[in-house]
Amino acid sequence: MIPLSAYVALSFILFMTGLLGVLIRRNFIIVLMSVEIMLNAANINLVAFSHYLSSMAGQMAALFVIAIAAGEAAVGLAIIIVVFRGKIATNVDQINLLKW
Amino acid sequence: MVMYVLFGYFATVSILSGIFTIALKNPVHCGLSLLSLLLHVAGLFVLLNAEFLFAVQIIVYAGAILVLYLFVLMLLSLKTEEQYLHKKYPFFLFAGVAILAELLILVFQTPYGGVVGTATPEVVLQTGPSHAVGITMFSDYLLLFEIVGVFLLGAIIGAIVLAKTPTGPVPEPTGQRE
Repeated sequence: MIPLSAYVALSFILFMTGLLGVLIRRNFIIVLMSVEIMLNAANINLVAFSHYLSSMAGQMAALFVIAIAAGEAAVGLAIIIVVFRGKIATNVDQINLLKW
Repeated sequence: MVMYVLFGYFATVSILSGIFTIALKNPVHCGLSLLSLLLHVAGLFVLLNAEFLFAVQIIVYAGAILVLYLFVLMLLSLKTEEQYLHKKYPFFLFAGVAILAELLILVFQTPYGGVVGTATPEVVLQTGPSHAVGITMFSDYLLLFEIVGVFLLGAIIGAIVLAKTPTGPVPEPTGQRE
């Protein structure tokens, strides 16, 4: 039996990979992809606990996370298209209109 | 034994794909690495007896969301630049690695426990995993299910309104594009 901590560690490493991607990359779409990595890491965690605690709740939460990820991708990519079409910026660190 | 080998394979390849996703220069290659990550995470779901999530992961994530990403990527034809990292990336890199090290120690020292539920593998296998997921979703989680439906409707309308071609005069560009 694979220990639960192995799954938690894997999920944690993936989450930190995604977080680093959000923080250090400049490309819009890569930043959104990193968010997807983070959501996947959370899913692994939820499903692992669901399996080891013999409960359906974790799988349900993971399904809802996937639905949220779909909505996030749609709205995020729409924002990216607007930013590109308005020629506002080509990179994340060039968007500073709302900076105070 | 087979479980360990499979877990090792899926875990290693998912971590490597994740690192490639954030490290490669060409955005299309990043998208393909993300595809590999999603498929291997789906494999992990099979190891965890979540067959329905395995199917949803492949159909919705790898089939729909990732194709949307690649579609926008190719529509916008993003160029690969010389400087592809954020200007202050060493600071963020240090913070990330520090948190990673600290919490990995925590992960292996925590005694895991909790209230054990009723959905043991034997109970689930009597009717099948997808059946069990469906029954739970439409009984205990019905309200959440409806809320997610409304949320998705809102997201679709928001995406359409945002990405709609403006009909009035085109506003002046406020920034410089290479």
